[in-house]
Parts: sequence; structure tokens; C-alpha cells
Amino acid sequence: MSTLEVRHLVKDFRVRDGLRRGTLRAVDDVSFTLAAGRTVAVVGESGSGKSTVARMIAQLETPTAGEILLDGEPIGRRGRALARYRNQVQMVFQDPFASLNPYHPVSYHLERPLRIHGVARGKEVTPAVHRLLRSVELDPPEVFAAKRPHEMSGGQRQRIAIARALAPGARFLVADEPVSMLDVSIRLGVLSLLARLQREENLGVLYITHDLATARHFSDEIVVMLRGDVVEQGPSDQVILDPQHDYTKTLLAAAPDPSRHGRLRDEVRAELAAQAS
Amino acid sequence: MTDQPTDRPEVRRPARRRPSRDAKLVVGLAVVGATVLFAIFGPMLTQDPRSSDNPVLVPPQPGHWLGTTSLGYDVLAQLAEGARGSLLVGVVAGLLAIVLSLVFGVVAGYARGATDEGLSLITNVMLVIPGLPLMIVVSSYLEVRSLWVVAIILGATAWPGAAVVLRLQARSLRSRDYVSAARVAGESTPRLLGMEILPNLLPLLTAQFLFAVVLSILGEAGLSYLGLGPNGSITWGTMLNEAQGGGALTRGAWWWFVPPGLMIAVLGCAMSLINFAIDEVIDPKLRQAPTAAKLQRKARKAGLDITSPAHDDDTPRPAPASRAPDPDDHKERVQA
Repeated sequence: MSTLEVRHLVKDFRVRDGLRRGTLRAVDDVSFTLAAGRTVAVVGESGSGKSTVARMIAQLETPTAGEILLDGEPIGRRGRALARYRNQVQMVFQDPFASLNPYHPVSYHLERPLRIHGVARGKEVTPAVHRLLRSVELDPPEVFAAKRPHEMSGGQRQRIAIARALAPGARFLVADEPVSMLDVSIRLGVLSLLARLQREENLGVLYITHDLATARHFSDEIVVMLRGDVVEQGPSDQVILDPQHDYTKTLLAAAPDPSRHGRLRDEVRAELAAQAS
Repeated sequence: MTDQPTDRPEVRRPARRRPSRDAKLVVGLAVVGATVLFAIFGPMLTQDPRSSDNPVLVPPQPGHWLGTTSLGYDVLAQLAEGARGSLLVGVVAGLLAIVLSLVFGVVAGYARGATDEGLSLITNVMLVIPGLPLMIVVSSYLEVRSLWVVAIILGATAWPGAAVVLRLQARSLRSRDYVSAARVAGESTPRLLGMEILPNLLPLLTAQFLFAVVLSILGEAGLSYLGLGPNGSITWGTMLNEAQGGGALTRGAWWWFVPPGLMIAVLGCAMSLINFAIDEVIDPKLRQAPTAAKLQRKARKAGLDITSPAHDDDTPRPAPASRAPDPDDHKERVQA
């Protein structure tokens, strides 16, 4: 079974404040294993280093220390080894309004990875693009293929970004807060799409999020990060139902809980009444 | 602050009254187009610009619509031939400058690190060397100067400004998500530059190109006026040089030096107009600038105090309350 393994990953950024120079440790000793067909969620607040983990796995940043192993082998960082890695590991970015080049139509965004990785050539390309569009539920594909990014909604754009990530035939998908920029009403649709594609393609998914509720729902394992450190890590249900670290408890308490809805409203009313009197 | 006076009907101004971006673009393109047509077809319709078989120094009249020079050359014929020379120098120099600024600007901005430092150093050195003196030194060093040599000299000195602008824009574009996404998709660096970054630089590139063309035409005129222009070719600059040498000013032969001077000025203006229109496409905030300025003038005339942030009524308010009434106030009230 194929695995993507992250071992003791560390990332320092050089920062300059006036004349002082220093380093900022964005990620400190993060380890986890992503297996085909499984989902690992990395949860944390803004600045916790979870996006940096995603960018290191996508090889957009080079780790300061630690290693990334694909099927037990250290990953290639250059040339054909890098191309092979990109073929296997793809990424969906947070902001679908920024991750598609406004200059190119949808068809270009999907054709390029197909051609680069030799998935389709010549006359096969257009049918392959249409298949990808149908797989992310954008129908009719001919219409969407001709559109430019600005002619589509956020949800549609994110579906294109997902289709682009799937185009090379990737086995692992890094999803960096894939729904945080989308309207609440369409988030579930995009997440369900990701879950379905994961089942169908047996993808290993790294799901970066700040939302513990969806993390529990969609993932098998949860990694909780705080300022670059992993504070808690384990099977989803265990982390949610029996949080060990104070920060996880705080995160859980901050998430709205539907079952507590009535009581919460009563508490607010009581508080307002107390203020009024 | 600028959008608040629009709430008052007496200072509202219809948007269509100011010269629109389209008007600037249309006027600019029309003038540049007319000049290009003049350069292409003018020499075919006028007499030989190098023929001195004419009456000497006659003012504009039928047959010599712009008069003749002290050596008997027809000014209109020279102007048409000069348009070819000046435009050719401008376009060749502009293209060269853009290619150089792409290499030094976009590559530096994208590459970062040592490559960036090296290319930026060269750009900065070129930027602080005064252009015209450098051109004078290089031109006077060369005995024989064709139109092409002058164009290359001008292009090689006109690029650093554009390179600085393009470098900054490329730095900003390279960190965009869509460039990262293309990298993750496996695109090569040349393709990232050519297909992802360059198309989004096009408006800026066009503006910088036009600017380089204007700069080169002016530079060529300057060089030629000093007698360092292309040997044996006719440009608007060499016409001015000959007018100066022939004492056009003291003899009152205005028809000799006004047409080339005017052509340079009008072409420069027209290209700048196109540039303004492009700038407004790049930065939509500029579109509102003239209206905003007018609104302020008008508001001031109407006796409104527009310097204080709270001018929604005449009584000055204490600082905390001077914040404009916003919808949040309303919300808070409803919740309470």
C-alpha cells in the first residue's frame, strides 16, 4: 500500500525586523503518515504552521530539517524525480479566486497537467478534460471548459482546482483549507465531492482546516497544531471525544455544537436579561 | 471621504462629463495611427526629400505646403521621410528596451536570490547613469552611425526604468497562488514565466513599451539636434539640427522648425494618452481620481468642510463620535 510519510519536519523562515534578523520556526517537528484511502486532518488556528506543512509536502517550500518519504523512499527535489513526485502528490489551494490564472480558460488549466504528465496526448486531451469536469460535477463540460475563471462562482472554481489536482492521476492530495473561502451553503457539496473522489480513486488526503467538526467527519486521524508544534495527534474520535491538551479543548469549546444550541440560546437570553436589569 | 459628498444632490456630478478612458484611448490611438499612416504613405505622395531643386526658404504655399529650407529642400517631404526615421528609431529602440527590461526585470523578480541581486545591481547602475550624456559619449565615439546603430544605443539606455517596474510586479506575481499551482502541476520555469506571469504583465509591458518609444524618439531628436544623430538619414531630430544650423530662428523661417517640433510633441502626447488609458485599466482607482478631485473642489466652493472626516453635518463632533454612521451601529441596537 502506498504511503506518504512525513518525519520530524521543521521549517524556519528568516525574518527581518528593521536591522534585527532572526528566524521564525513556523513548523517544529511534525510527523505523520498518510496512507492511500485515508485522510489525515491538520487542525489549528491561523499561523499555526499548517499551511506551511502543506506547502512543504507540495514542494513549494524546502524543509529546514526532517524528511518526506513516498512509499518509504526519500522524495526527489529536482528534475525527473520531482516530476514523478508531482505526478503522485497534488495540492488544492485555499483561495479558488487566486489559484486559477485569470488569463487562461478552464480547458488550459486542465490540459496542462494532462500533457505535462503524459496522461493524455493529442486528440485524447479534450475528452480527458471533459471527463475530469464531469467527475467534479461540472456539467455540461463543453460549456465549463470554455469559461474563464472570473465567469464562475467560488464553488465552481474550487471544483476546477480539484479537477486540476486529480488530472495527473495523483494518489495523494493536499487540500489546504479547501472550503474556507467558500460560502457556507456550498461547503458541504465540495467536501462531499472530495470524499467521493477519495473513495473512487483511493486517494490519500491531507485535509488542512481550522474546523474540527469537518475534520472529525471527513478524516481518520487528526493532528492538532499550535504555533508550529503538534500538541495532539491521534485517531479522530479519540481526539474529539477525549481531548488531552488544553488547546484542543479550547478549540472544541469554540466550535458551535448543535446539540447544545437550545441551552446556549437560553444562556444568552439570561445574560441579556441580567444586563438589562 | 470622497464618496460622501455624492450623497448631496447639488455636488453630484454625472460620470459621463469627464473625458473617459475611452476618449483618451481613442484620441491617442487616432493620432498615433495618423502619424504611422503619414510615415508609410507620406513619402510616396511628396517629392524627393533630398532634392534641392526648389526655390530657397519660401514660406508655406501651394506646391510647397510647408515651405522649403535654406538649401531648397521641401519641408513636407522631409517631414514625411523624417517620420519614417523617427518612428523606426523609436520602435526599434522601444523593442530592444522592452526585451532588456524583461530579462533584467522579470527574470530578476522571479529568480530572487543571487540572480536577482546581480541583475538588480546592473539595473541600478544603469538607472543612475544619466541617459543623454551616456548616449552623447557613445554616439561621439562612433564615426559612422546608421539609423539602426542610433536605435540600438537608445534602446540600450532606455530600459532600466521599465526593468525596475517589471521586477516589482514579477515579484508580486510569482507569489500568487496560480503560479504556485502551476508549479505543483509540474510546469517548467520558462513556461511559468511565459504562460503564467507574462500574460498578466501585458498591460504593464505595453505601457512601458510606449514610454520607451516616446523616450527614444525624444532621445533621438536630442542626439540629432546636437549633431550626433544618424548620418545620412532624415529624422525629425536631424531636421531640427539643420534648422538650427541654417539659422531658421533668426531668419524667421518658422515653417522649418515648427513642424518637426510639433510632430514630436503631438506624438509624445498621444502615446502618453494611450498610457494613461492603460494605467486606468491596471489601477481602477485612477478612474475615479478626476471625479474625486472635482467633487472636492465643488464641495469646497459650496462651503463644506471636507478636511474633517465627519462632515455629514456642520457641527464638529468629539473624536469618538466622529466616525461615520455605519451599519454596525444599527446592528448593535437591534441585538441589544
